[in-house]
Amino acid sequence: MVKITYISHAGEARLVEAASGQSAMEAAVHHNIAGIDGDCGGVIACGTCHVHVDGTWTDRLAPPGEKERDMLAYIDNARPNSRLCCQIVLGEELDGLVLHLPIAQH
Amino acid sequence: MDIAVSDIERARSIPLDKIDVSAPDLYLRDAAHPYFARLRNEAPVHYCRESLYGPYWSVTKFNDIVEIDTNHKVFSSDASVGSFVLDDTTLNPVEGGIYLPNFLGMDPPKHDIHRQTVSPIVAPQNLANLEGLIRQRTRGVLDGLPVGVPFNWVDRVSIELTTMMLATLFDFPFDERRKLTRWSDVVTTRPGDGVVDSWEQRNQELYECAAYFQRLWAERAAAAPRPDLISMLAHSPAMRTMSPEEFLGTLALLIVGGNDTTRNSMSGGVLAHHLFPAEWSRVKADRALIPNMVSEIIRWQTPIAHMRRTALADFEFRGQHIRKGDKVVMWYLSGNRDDSVIDRPFDFVADRPRARHHLSFGFGIHRCLGNRLAELQLRILWEEVFERFSAIEVVGTPVRIPSNLVRGYADLPVVVHA
Ligand code: HEM
Ligand code: FES
Repeated sequence: MVKITYISHAGEARLVEAASGQSAMEAAVHHNIAGIDGDCGGVIACGTCHVHVDGTWTDRLAPPGEKERDMLAYIDNARPNSRLCCQIVLGEELDGLVLHLPIAQH
Repeated sequence: MDIAVSDIERARSIPLDKIDVSAPDLYLRDAAHPYFARLRNEAPVHYCRESLYGPYWSVTKFNDIVEIDTNHKVFSSDASVGSFVLDDTTLNPVEGGIYLPNFLGMDPPKHDIHRQTVSPIVAPQNLANLEGLIRQRTRGVLDGLPVGVPFNWVDRVSIELTTMMLATLFDFPFDERRKLTRWSDVVTTRPGDGVVDSWEQRNQELYECAAYFQRLWAERAAAAPRPDLISMLAHSPAMRTMSPEEFLGTLALLIVGGNDTTRNSMSGGVLAHHLFPAEWSRVKADRALIPNMVSEIIRWQTPIAHMRRTALADFEFRGQHIRKGDKVVMWYLSGNRDDSVIDRPFDFVADRPRARHHLSFGFGIHRCLGNRLAELQLRILWEEVFERFSAIEVVGTPVRIPSNLVRGYADLPVVVHA
């Protein structure tokens, strides 16, 4: 199990335990984290799983692929630490990961 | 579904290569489903040699549609090589049509610049400011309905509410808002479909639309920036220099995008509840289900039945050889009925798990920009409906629109009960 914290735009933190191998989007949807929609089911087609990655975690994630970078270009409120969290596959090395949710998904 | 037995029979027996799911009368009768079912099973990537619109490929399975929609490098929307709708006359100067360029019909990089200009006004943050106004107008419209007497829900509710919304977004003269409804119908039609008699008439009306908006544009450009769409376009460095054609084309996109689609979801939801009556009491008793139900309505209705792309290169797909220049149609209506992805897809299930996972808004870089606005309007409508009415009864046969693009209704006779 991997522990992961989602912090809402209003600042509310929720810690969930997710199975290794799931994506951070799947874990969020599974635990009803409001603010992550995941409309396309995780195939980089909707951009509704946008998160801002906390602090140093940004560099510890595998960098985004071309398709994800393309899609991020269309996101409102995108920042250098923006990711589509359906592309963050949870493993033991990500235990303790912290993700910030944008004000809303569009 | 009350699809005629003859269609079910015919869909089963007709040779595969004779199937043409683009025929408008199939949509008038809502009879395309059995043909799509056969294609999904036997020829999920299917070539139709002859149609009103020339030869085209049909892609009918959910996941295949997502794959085409997200491969914009091969499957182009750009008006310079084709169109994003099957019928070339809708947006291009072929036969009697006129050129209506807009960013749904552009590839990157130009598409991206236009999209980023329009995006903020329909972003959820901005919409939060509109919620109060939408609710107030929705209440006004619903409170004005006659109780216990038949009327056309399409006209009294769906058209009225979506047209008000559009007038608000544009800050369009409110008393003249039905002009928007008319222009929306005119864009997506061709002579013979009952809306206009000739190409000249269609073009004439579209030029009137252009002239009307040109006046608004000039006013807004001369004034300080305001948060309406016309003002935003007029003051945006990227869009300010749009040609008159691009201006008209962009308006056409926003008018149709913001109007017909939401309108037909408002009607479709009433029909869905009529056909699946258990859902009404379920949601009325548990209003927290409304957002989920709204996604389910949008899936079930599928207000845009297809989007089309043009292949920029030869491409092997599911064993078929798509050639450069071919028209490729993604049938969202079919993908939304694909039982390998959606359980009991013909049923309207208000609390369907993962209801947001549907094709109605498309996917990829052209994914609907107005999706949150549409969902907001529908959520408010249903919250207010359940607040007021014990039932909405459909009391006659719905009259559908003969279009393979806009899937919707001209007439939905109902009686509302207090
Ligand atoms: C239930 C209601 C709606 C449905 C079903 C719908 C459907 C669609 C679809 C299928 C596309 C093309 C997606 C693709 O090619 O992958 C689209 C694009 C678009 N829609 Fe909507 N739409 C709705 C409401 C709205 C509203 C309310 C607005 C605006 C006020 C709007 C504005 C747009 C725009 C601007 C695009 C072009 C986006 C781009 O090319 O980047 N839509 N919509
Ligand atoms: S879930 Fe659609 S892009 Fe991540």
